[in-house]
Amino acid sequence: MQLSFKKRSVKPGFRTLADLSENEEGLVERIDLPVDFAHRLMELGFLPGHPVAAARSAPSGDPRVFRVDGTEIALRRETARHILLRRH
Amino acid sequence: MSDCHGCGSGPQTATRPARATVHRVVAIVGPPNSGKSTLFNRLTGLRQKTANFPGVTVEHHVGKAHLPSHHDIDIVDLPGIYSLNPRSEDEQVSHDALHGKMPGLRRPDGVILVLDATNLSRHLTLAANILSLRLPTLVVLNMADDLHKRGGTVDAEALANELGAPVVLVSALTGEGVNAVGRFLTGGIAVPRPVELPVLQDVPACRQWARQVSREAGYTHPTPPLWTRRLDSVFLHPFWGPVVFVLVVGTVFQTVFTGARPLMEGVEALVGWVGGGLRLMLPDNWLRSLLVDGVWSGVGAVIVFLPQILMLFLFIALLEDSGYLARAAVIADKTMARVGLQGKSFIPLLSAYACAVPAIMATRTIESKRDRIATILIAPFMTCSARLPVYTLIIAAFIPEKPFIGPLLGTRAAAMLSLYVLGFIAAVATAKVLKSSVLKSEKTPFVLEMPPYRMPTLQSVGLRLMDRAAAFLKRAGTVILGVSVVLWILASIPLVNGAAPPIEHSLAGTLGRAIEPVIKPLGFNWKIGIGLITSLAAREVIVGTLGTIYGMEPDKDAVGLQKALQNDLTLGGAVALLVFFAFAMQCMSTLAVVRRETGGWKWPVLQFTYMGVLAYICAFVAFRLLS
Repeated sequence: MQLSFKKRSVKPGFRTLADLSENEEGLVERIDLPVDFAHRLMELGFLPGHPVAAARSAPSGDPRVFRVDGTEIALRRETARHILLRRH
Repeated sequence: MSDCHGCGSGPQTATRPARATVHRVVAIVGPPNSGKSTLFNRLTGLRQKTANFPGVTVEHHVGKAHLPSHHDIDIVDLPGIYSLNPRSEDEQVSHDALHGKMPGLRRPDGVILVLDATNLSRHLTLAANILSLRLPTLVVLNMADDLHKRGGTVDAEALANELGAPVVLVSALTGEGVNAVGRFLTGGIAVPRPVELPVLQDVPACRQWARQVSREAGYTHPTPPLWTRRLDSVFLHPFWGPVVFVLVVGTVFQTVFTGARPLMEGVEALVGWVGGGLRLMLPDNWLRSLLVDGVWSGVGAVIVFLPQILMLFLFIALLEDSGYLARAAVIADKTMARVGLQGKSFIPLLSAYACAVPAIMATRTIESKRDRIATILIAPFMTCSARLPVYTLIIAAFIPEKPFIGPLLGTRAAAMLSLYVLGFIAAVATAKVLKSSVLKSEKTPFVLEMPPYRMPTLQSVGLRLMDRAAAFLKRAGTVILGVSVVLWILASIPLVNGAAPPIEHSLAGTLGRAIEPVIKPLGFNWKIGIGLITSLAAREVIVGTLGTIYGMEPDKDAVGLQKALQNDLTLGGAVALLVFFAFAMQCMSTLAVVRRETGGWKWPVLQFTYMGVLAYICAFVAFRLLS
């Protein structure tokens, strides 16, 4: 398990939080965002190896609410796109 | 760390008088929305604002603990934090207070760490940070009733042994278990053997530690809040979500406008009766004129609006306490993003419907400095409750009541609603301009924790309404009373043959007529002009001022304020006045808080000028179009 905060293009082949459909669950692999913000997301429960499930979104489809560790947290798609999921 | 007096090295214990009461400071810390302020209110008997969304408390509050013994203990309520690495102004407050860097506040001698028991494994992450401060700490697992109701369990004693700090299960809302917190404050609680906490470098390590500790403490998660999911499937539904939103807003306006009528008429009758009584009781001299025509007409004209304002606050309290506000922020995020702001700006903007002052304080939760300034600058455009009396008075005088959209919305409520929308559009357009020019910045991420829905309690809502009523009456008794007295004096001099002059020849009338040329293009005469001058102090003062002015005109004494206005304004002028009040920055308290929060005069001066110019131009256009 590797944590990377480098800003680079998202690797093709990785699914991200933004690809989850409603009620689908995935395991976080890593967060591709500046350290400062990645830390806040980790404090909220978006940690490598942890399960995250997609819940309802705003009527327009963005932002979406995610279920993590028993709480619900709303994120924009542009943020969710940088949280990579573990391959099954 | 179990020793309450050993929080410092050096000889100070030797110099301390042996039997003097020890003054102590205990800070309440914890993650956002864990119930810190509710506990603070329980412990101190104070009434800090509480609501069901993260980030309600944005500054520190100090209160004396209510304890039967003589202990002199200050309790400090702090904004919520996720860790000791602050990212926004409100988190900085907590960080500074805990490290003794807050001016005027001593470093705390102890800590009450409030964690949400229904969310323990996540909230324990903060415990590692707080316990490493090495202050005597009590861990409060709040919302214990909720945990048990939803089938979760935790062994407080086992957790205490794992953390090396006492742990108590509490429901701050019902008061259950709060006695134990009092015992901690007076040193009457058993403290477990201190443990060596691991040195935790990063968030994943903290989290792993928290997970292990909660496992050792036999923590089982409660079942997910089913009602929250059910309600969200309606409130965030692609079709029903917006429909419900529109229905809620429509109902609020209709109720605030028409539902409050009977109560307002009751208060109006009472005000009139008291005024008449005063007139009969007092001898006919200058004092009677001051009390009846000056003070009572001014203050009474404003007090009439108390039922309406309370009804508005009732709705705001229900929205805040139920948890719907956070959903509204999610729904609004897309729109906010389009103007360059984010959903988090939406919560301060919504609370600006009550009053811009707390709204501007609430912007402290916004991480990006530029977004925060932009939100501060647009907040006063939102229709605050001080505009409500002005709008109601003018709408009731000039717009006949007819059904507009069936029985749901009448014409008057619709007019009121459109003024609220007008303010919102001005806010959003201004944000767009600011964010694409002087306050341009990179897009900031939006992260918002969704609180579970809760049933608003009668106590919480009731107390809030009582506080609002007290604040409103206090303003009526100070600002409005003061302005009314000054105005009465200005309207009574210079004396002509030992008697008060006709109002247009008085000093107030002269002042009003001096500015008449400036406001004539907007359709206002000199009487409205006097109201515009006095309303610079606060918007609702104009209602009191008009009450005083018309109260002093003998021929119009019997006619109500509405009738008097119909004589003095055309429909175009009335609409222009509404538009002027929608845009102009007539509030000293707001300017003062903007200066404090932005740290200088630059932004408040800019804001005042911009809003004033915009108000003048738009009122002019409205008057031209309608006449």
